[in-house]
Amino acid sequence: MRRLSWFNAVSLTLGFAFLYIPMMILITYSFNAGKLVTVWSGFSTKWYGELFRNEAFLDAAWVTLKVAVMSSTIATILGTMAAYVMVRAGRFPGRTLFSGMIYAPLVMPEVITGLSLLLLFISIGLDRGVMTIVLAHTTFSMCFVSVVVSSRLVTFDQSLEEAALDLGCTGFEAFRLVTLPIIMPAVVSGWLLAFTLSLDDLVIASFTSGPSSTTLPIKIFSAVRLGVSPEINALSTIMIGLVTIGVIGASLTSKRSIAKRQKDEQEAIL
Amino acid sequence: MSDAATAPVSVFAPWEDAQAKPLIQFQNVTKRWGDFTAIDDLSIDIYTREFFALLGPSGCGKTTMMRMLAGFETPTEGTILIDGQNVAAIPPNKRAVNMMFQSYALFPHLSVADNIAFGLKRDKLPKDQIAARVEEMLSLVQLNRFANRKPHQISGGQRQRVALARSLAKAPKLLLLDEPLGALDKKLRQDTQFELMDIQEKTGTTFVIVTHDQEEAMTVASRIAVMDHGKIIQVDTPSKIYEEPKSIYVADFIGDVNLIKGNVSRTGDGHASIAWAEGQPDLTGISHQDLPIGSAATLAVRPEKLSIYTSRPKDQSNVIKGKVLDIAYLGNMSTYVIETPSGDLIKAQIANTRRIHRRQITWEDKVWLSFTDTAGVVLDK
Repeated sequence: MRRLSWFNAVSLTLGFAFLYIPMMILITYSFNAGKLVTVWSGFSTKWYGELFRNEAFLDAAWVTLKVAVMSSTIATILGTMAAYVMVRAGRFPGRTLFSGMIYAPLVMPEVITGLSLLLLFISIGLDRGVMTIVLAHTTFSMCFVSVVVSSRLVTFDQSLEEAALDLGCTGFEAFRLVTLPIIMPAVVSGWLLAFTLSLDDLVIASFTSGPSSTTLPIKIFSAVRLGVSPEINALSTIMIGLVTIGVIGASLTSKRSIAKRQKDEQEAIL
Repeated sequence: MSDAATAPVSVFAPWEDAQAKPLIQFQNVTKRWGDFTAIDDLSIDIYTREFFALLGPSGCGKTTMMRMLAGFETPTEGTILIDGQNVAAIPPNKRAVNMMFQSYALFPHLSVADNIAFGLKRDKLPKDQIAARVEEMLSLVQLNRFANRKPHQISGGQRQRVALARSLAKAPKLLLLDEPLGALDKKLRQDTQFELMDIQEKTGTTFVIVTHDQEEAMTVASRIAVMDHGKIIQVDTPSKIYEEPKSIYVADFIGDVNLIKGNVSRTGDGHASIAWAEGQPDLTGISHQDLPIGSAATLAVRPEKLSIYTSRPKDQSNVIKGKVLDIAYLGNMSTYVIETPSGDLIKAQIANTRRIHRRQITWEDKVWLSFTDTAGVVLDK
């Protein structure tokens, strides 16, 4: 392996320090025995225990999970359908307008999205709760799914679908039996993206949540305003751990499947 | 030429039989996209068990014709009949037509066997029948060993055969092949051409193949339709297309040809002669066209029909004088480029029956070319 020049070594260290020192501090203090967040007074895991006895946090975590699963699933279905139409339907009147409108929430300030949804829910008399957060999250994460899926569909060989039709499929069967299995990785990563977006959304959720449906980010944010407690540190550490495991797992599986594919292709040539 | 008295049945030529009912009929079909006309008022009949080639440069409309047969495009005007039935309202999944795609379009998430079974499963056939048919198809293309592999685990040639097996599995009345051998290297392509003909004969399916490779069309087809700009220029058997092209376009598109321009000097008896250069005798060839004396005409003659002499041949009718400008040695044959005194270049292809160092003719030699009255064709303009 090549040795790094001093310039590269310094910039690498600085970059990583910038990214990870805040998280390292947070993780370290989650194991602090004392109540004061900034003073180290010995190692302990007691805040993790406290955390799991704190029902308010557990409730919020449960709500967050429910919202994330529901909204990302609905967003994936709608986003995939939208992407399919945008890529496949060819030209139809209003296509440019429609595609622009799908992607608008990508750049729309969250405060505005949240506020407009709040106004909508009030005007149609919908009580704010889990359902309204799900609807709100679906609205803004759908466009992300649609972007991911349509970028896959653009490179999709359309003759595969024609072959399915030619062999006796109806249009829907061709989609279900051929297109969907092939674009599945993109659909799954779209779902994961929508899921993470929903998990960590604070702004839109605080506009659309009701008294009985506090999500975890809202809970953390309001708790921190009263002072950072070691429990929050413990909770954040758990979340960092989960995300790390997820990312490493995803990259390992994709690496392995690429390696397997290359091996298969080499065997085919021999 | 086969002897009509002894073997009249063995000649496969339903297009010459007025009683034969065509499988496919294009009746004044036009296809337009906006201002662009892909198919221009085209009519043609294709018969059962034919191996029919649509040949032409890219953009001539041959792929559009095929996609209209498969049901992926609908004609703007005119009708297409398959087996006497107007197919305009029949969607692709309801047609007894299958297609082999240029990209093969194998389903990457399914194994070779599942790819072949795909169409059969749509027909809701019983499981054991599907399995038996898949096995049969795998043997037909000799891929039994690879049944459980995925498409990316087999070679290009094998993929091509899987695609063929999949499109034949439903025993279609008509199989469409879109540049089926385009992705294969030359040697494999030639082997596969014979394999295709073999399979076509065995299954008795009507094949329509789209290709831009004239050699491929010549090899596999019973009839070739040469297309240009959405029109069919000529439909004929490969030998007729090659030996008796009806237009300069066809003569020039298929194989190598010498096109000698001149004016008609004499006609009659199925022949025509042209006066083409000062000091050179007139040239005569076959003519089926009604050419007025004095009108501009072109004699098309294939390089291999020409003989080359070091002295003026006595009893030959068509003689051209010139000198050797270039010799290209191709191994089995050599191409001689002869320059006439008027500056025209004429190619002659001579088989190298003797070894190269025994060759009598070399650069700058004065030579005479000649060919028979039936070797060339005299065409309009």
